[in-house]
Amino acid sequence: MIAMPQSALSGAAADRATRGGTFGRRTAAVLLAVATACAGLGLGLVPAAAQLRITVTPGAAFQPMPIAVPTFAGDPNLGAQVAQIVAADLKASGYFTVLDPASYLEKSVGAGVTPNFANWRGINAQALVAGSVTQTGGQIQAQVRVWDVFGGTQIVGSQFSASPENVRRIAHIVADAAYSSLTGFKGFFDTRVVYVDETGPKTNRVKRLAIMDWDGANVRYLTRGQELVLTPRFSPTSQQIAYMAYGAGDPKVFILNVASGARQLVGDFPNMTFSPRFSPDGGRLLFSMQKEGNANIFAMELGGRGVTQLTQGAAIDTSPSFSPDGSQIVFESDRGGTQQLYVMDRGGGAAKRISFGSGRYATPVWSPDPDNPFIAFTKQDTDGNFKIGVMKPDGTGERIISDSFHNEGPTWAPNGRYVMFFREEGGNSALWLADVTGHVLTPIRTPGGASDPAWSPLLK
Amino acid sequence: MSIELGFVRGLRFAAIIAATLTLGACASQSDNAGDGAGGLGGAGAATPGSQQDFVVNVGDRIFFTSDSSDVNAEARATLDRQAGWLAKYPRYAVTIEGHADERGTREYNIALGARRAAATRDYLIARGVPSTRLKTISYGKERPVAVCDAESCWNQNRRAVTVLGGAN
Repeated sequence: MIAMPQSALSGAAADRATRGGTFGRRTAAVLLAVATACAGLGLGLVPAAAQLRITVTPGAAFQPMPIAVPTFAGDPNLGAQVAQIVAADLKASGYFTVLDPASYLEKSVGAGVTPNFANWRGINAQALVAGSVTQTGGQIQAQVRVWDVFGGTQIVGSQFSASPENVRRIAHIVADAAYSSLTGFKGFFDTRVVYVDETGPKTNRVKRLAIMDWDGANVRYLTRGQELVLTPRFSPTSQQIAYMAYGAGDPKVFILNVASGARQLVGDFPNMTFSPRFSPDGGRLLFSMQKEGNANIFAMELGGRGVTQLTQGAAIDTSPSFSPDGSQIVFESDRGGTQQLYVMDRGGGAAKRISFGSGRYATPVWSPDPDNPFIAFTKQDTDGNFKIGVMKPDGTGERIISDSFHNEGPTWAPNGRYVMFFREEGGNSALWLADVTGHVLTPIRTPGGASDPAWSPLLK
Repeated sequence: MSIELGFVRGLRFAAIIAATLTLGACASQSDNAGDGAGGLGGAGAATPGSQQDFVVNVGDRIFFTSDSSDVNAEARATLDRQAGWLAKYPRYAVTIEGHADERGTREYNIALGARRAAATRDYLIARGVPSTRLKTISYGKERPVAVCDAESCWNQNRRAVTVLGGAN
């Protein structure tokens, strides 16, 4: 049904091939290859020896990179739509400012054209994200080229195709290619987020599971609001969502298949179950089960249904989350008197406390990026604010990335650079995005109130 | 379908209780004003053994301090009255709802509400209410009764509510 990446529109074959290969792995299953049509266009371009790349480090002064994203050539409607989505994605990432199109001396730079760099240098665009999009034979084809304006070189060239109903996805994939080429990080725009839609007064709030594109488009409701639903979590490997629902009797953890709409109760347990989280391979589910005044953490094999109790004792142990290699679990516990973060092996046993700052720590979530190990958390600080922060898995390097009256419930983008979370202000909840450096803080628009976001993996 | 009906019914009953409490508050204020409105919610209006009797004359809820499930002296007095009333009217089974204020994270508050409900249940059992009449459920911070960004609201939301059900 959708798209595929082809890269290497010009030289620097090894570099491009690597980048194309990355794309290929995540899209190959559903995407249809299209022959590269404009290999000749890259002739004469010199691969950038020192490639244009924005670096984002915590603490240091940070300036987003000014870039230009003119309307894509080809189909005028699609060209405007794709450029608008690409520009919005790159701007929302916080690492770029998109220069006002009214200042562009060229309104469009097609994929087959080498830009007049002087025109873009004149408005101080560091990079130019340009291309073409056409619709032929029931397929949309998009070509994108990212140019280093001052270096006068092409940084990346790729093309993708998709069926017309997937125009937003193809734009997100184009944006991912541009983002990746300019930052060195994997993309995260071709993703979805499941969250809890909130309507009605706070004393009797109606909550529905909702799913949207990462940028708030294409919202679809997965439950109808008769039942209270909380804490959805995406499977990292499938279109399944684990969540807590209040039905008859004790509230329980369920798994919903987003594609089929089928849902199943997780296990057959005597008490309330809550706070689910999938393992990185999607094969196991962690959750808490309440017994009297205490909550302990359990792991369930989703295939064989075997259940293992991982924590014991008189405490509230909850919010478990696996490390990306599946070998360890971070969770919160009040075993020491107040909520703090602990790490234990995947099989349970002794746990080591990792949070030692002021206040309380809750809702830890391990970053999916094994190369940049972080744990995101909610911190109930001594000043009364609920903050979002990140720390290394050994507890060092704590950094607060969102601080206001009430921030809660972080979820990682699949590239491990961003967390989405919810903020409450005046009784209303809304979704926000922050990056690990603390330089980026962006609201994510939703039709109604929104809480408990959970990011999907990159789509396939 | 029955799942949904059950939940809706529970909400409706909660709304009735809230309305009753509001009337009671009005009554005590207007007693001083002498405008006669006190007749709406006065203790005498409740039929002995009715849900209104339980809510108005016994007290259906106890309150907790922040992040605590300790049943304090005032709460014990309320639960003592509840235990006596439940002994007198054995036709009721009850569900104890545990709640937390909004100044906690969602999952922890679900467990904290359960801990408060369990503490309430344990106290009622110790006062002679058969455990077979008692169920518990936690709503965490999902069903506040008072809404504002201040302790004056939060202390009303940190509660365990004894909700009368049908015949046990």
